[in-house]
Amino acid sequence: MIELNVNGGVARADVDPATPLLYVLRDDLGLHAAKFGCGLGQCGACTVLVDDRPVFACLLPVGAIGERAVTTVEGLGTTVEPGDVQRAFLQEQAGQCGYCIPGMIARAEALLRRTTTPTEEEMRAAMAPSLCRCGTHMRILRAVRRAAVARGGGIVDPAEPVA
Amino acid sequence: MTQSRREMLGGLLVAFTLAPAVHAQTGGGEGSGGPPTVAPDLAGTLAKFPDLDAWIRIAPDGRVTVFTGKAELGTGIKTAIAQLAADELDVAFDRIDLITADTGLTPNEGVTAGSQTLEQSGTAVANAAANVRLLLAEAAAARWGVAATALFTRDGAVLDGKGRSASYADLAGTTSLAVRARADVPRKRRDARRVIGRPVPRVDLPAKLTGLPAYVHDMRLPGMMHARVLRGPSSGTKGRFDLSAIARLPGVERIVRRGGFAAIVGPREWPLERALHAAGRSGWTAESGANAPGALPDALLRMRRETQTIQERYDEPNVRSLRRLSARYDRPYLMHGAIGPSCALALFEDGRLTVWTHSQGVEPLRASIAELLAMSAERVRCVHREGAGCYGHNGADDVAGDAALVAVAMPGVPVRLQWSREQEHGWEPLGPAMMAQLDGNLDASGRIVSWGHQVWSNTHSTRPTAAGDLLAGREIIPPFPATPPKPIPQPNGGGDRNAIPLYAFPNSRVVSHFLPDMPIRVSALRGLGAHLNIFALESFMDELAAAAGRDPVAFRLAHLDDSRAAAVIRRAATRFDWQGYRAMPHRGRGFAFARYKNHGAYLAVALDVERVPDEGRLIVHRAVAAVDSGEAVNPDGIRNQVEGGIVQSLSWSAYESAGHDGTRRSDYDWSTYPILRFGDAPRSVVVDVVDRPGMPFLGTGECAQGPTAAALANALWAAEGRRSRSLPVARSSAGFL
Ligand code: FES
Ligand code: FES
Repeated sequence: MIELNVNGGVARADVDPATPLLYVLRDDLGLHAAKFGCGLGQCGACTVLVDDRPVFACLLPVGAIGERAVTTVEGLGTTVEPGDVQRAFLQEQAGQCGYCIPGMIARAEALLRRTTTPTEEEMRAAMAPSLCRCGTHMRILRAVRRAAVARGGGIVDPAEPVA
Repeated sequence: MTQSRREMLGGLLVAFTLAPAVHAQTGGGEGSGGPPTVAPDLAGTLAKFPDLDAWIRIAPDGRVTVFTGKAELGTGIKTAIAQLAADELDVAFDRIDLITADTGLTPNEGVTAGSQTLEQSGTAVANAAANVRLLLAEAAAARWGVAATALFTRDGAVLDGKGRSASYADLAGTTSLAVRARADVPRKRRDARRVIGRPVPRVDLPAKLTGLPAYVHDMRLPGMMHARVLRGPSSGTKGRFDLSAIARLPGVERIVRRGGFAAIVGPREWPLERALHAAGRSGWTAESGANAPGALPDALLRMRRETQTIQERYDEPNVRSLRRLSARYDRPYLMHGAIGPSCALALFEDGRLTVWTHSQGVEPLRASIAELLAMSAERVRCVHREGAGCYGHNGADDVAGDAALVAVAMPGVPVRLQWSREQEHGWEPLGPAMMAQLDGNLDASGRIVSWGHQVWSNTHSTRPTAAGDLLAGREIIPPFPATPPKPIPQPNGGGDRNAIPLYAFPNSRVVSHFLPDMPIRVSALRGLGAHLNIFALESFMDELAAAAGRDPVAFRLAHLDDSRAAAVIRRAATRFDWQGYRAMPHRGRGFAFARYKNHGAYLAVALDVERVPDEGRLIVHRAVAAVDSGEAVNPDGIRNQVEGGIVQSLSWSAYESAGHDGTRRSDYDWSTYPILRFGDAPRSVVVDVVDRPGMPFLGTGECAQGPTAAALANALWAAEGRRSRSLPVARSSAGFL
């Protein structure tokens, strides 16, 4: 039995410790925000936070997490009470198919926990491990800029004006 | 109670414009277009399903259910269709529930493709809703013994303005909607609309952004088993599997086998994926008859071809030409590259099969699966559930066939089958490689006096219409034959989509070379042939403009006699400040225009692009577009589609090319098929929507693909003085992370 600290609570799963976190989240804990995209650490669809860092949940064995806090997009807010990053994504209508978006939100959250005043380049570099095939990049970047402002900071040199 | 006279139904009946005339229903040619037209006087798909209760039902609690045979592919159609229904019915937007593509519930609207959802289904729902509103008003009139023209509607109720009101829920109890729609029912007048034309937020995003189950991938049914299919590395290969050894791998509970089709089944995903990778180690063989396409684009010229002249016009046969230009343009095979690999669930119970699928065409898929399983179609139900964006025919249908085959072997057990990333890259049908040859003649005044366009292409649709079009259908024994590829006829066109110029050239000849033999599995990719044809046409316009010494924008306007085309060109040029642009070293501006399919949305785009010396990296400083989609149901939805189309086309056109080593594909994940990442995304994108209230909806989802490719090449020419006629034009700076 593996014990995990997920979204502020304790979760248990009876799985092989080599199982990547993504499968435990989706199949055992019913947390569907993180998505399977490649299983190879190439697309970021599975991104969640472990402590405050973004990780590819498709690669990280649950047995290696220990006490560290796992935060998924479910832990950031709900449809009724979205968190500030989710709200920024909704305000910018940042999503087409939306499949990549939970990973984007997790990655943006990790960036903003590190700094709320990144440069445009730093923001883009932080988001770069996550792929979007719908081409929603511009809206995702607008949402991150907006969320930075909502957290009391802001992108230092935004490439587009912030709403 | 106050209401102005003009809101009264009677006033509306005379003041409203009539519903738009029936739009030509060609079904897009991208797979089945659905059943035949039975009521040609009715608009959109109402012409095929004229009864109102096929589209709209009202529950005793007043909630309204709207049915559409189209699927949400991530383009926002659920929101737009609900907007149309809410306004035309006069019901609050949040009281509308939408049921999308489900063979058990919704009208058969064929395939959701070709940017035709609002033209077909949106038009049907809007007109059906207007009919229902009128019927309910008539029911109230009969009840109160007054004329319907004296009544009006508001927020789900009919009112007489003197204090009497009846809710739709109440009236619906005694009003049958199982009646045929009338063609002459007026639509809501513009100034009475509350949600059409507004940037209503997408109804599906809150769930997707907070992690609620929203995709077929997220479905978990009680007692569900996972499955993975065993195949060779790519289309054109056969896997060599030691099934008895695979059966002993941990996590594999059983193997379902039908001839050359095999899948492993188990209760947990992770052990199955490990088993799948272990199984793949025993090798593969090239399928007999598989052959390499050879070096592109010349290989296309050597293929067997069926040639058709699709435009021939000699209005000024005796014109004198001063200069003649010719050029060839080509694109490689391209991948759809959905971020989520294809997935389906299937359950076979009591002799009936239900398949949950992200296919774009639940009806043709149902027919194909029924044939595959030798079942009657009545016993098969295909229900659309969202997947990752597909941009055309990817593995969605194949994986549904795979899941169905496994499910019928395991009655009563829900089966969830998901492809691996490697399978998605290796087996999805690619967007075909293409080549075009352009010829043009200028007269002494710098006018184009004759035009020639030839295009070479495989089919742009192998969407399933029969069992042999599914991968599993060709693996079981005896195998089903694949449906022979056919060209998609004009006016939509397939390989020749948008090959016919919209410009008013006095002499023009356009020839389509359809290549029936497919060395590589191909099918519909967003925009079909429009991507390469518009890239060629709009690059060549630039080349001719330069030869004539004219400004590219002014040159285009001089050859157009379509005022809506001119309007988007002017709007984009103004927003971009085309006149005021100051060139800088290694940096230039590029312009392009097209009307998608020559009958969809108009789009003009200007790009400001720099190629960083030595690095080769592209920086798209600005993209500015103007789009005319007819009446804009949801302007933000249009902007979202066009922004996305621009960015996706930049990725295709700048960086992408799917390789083949002679026997199999060479790209199995994102490491060798890099797509645009945030570092390469434009610095800024602006999309201006030119609204045309009262005009028919024009398909928008694919309109940016071609113009963006051409604007990129035109900008690079301006920046460097070198012409990029072969896509892709750059290399990704990101490489593999
Ligand atoms: S699914 Fe984890 S990086 Fe792609
Ligand atoms: S919104 Fe579809 S992949 Fe990003």
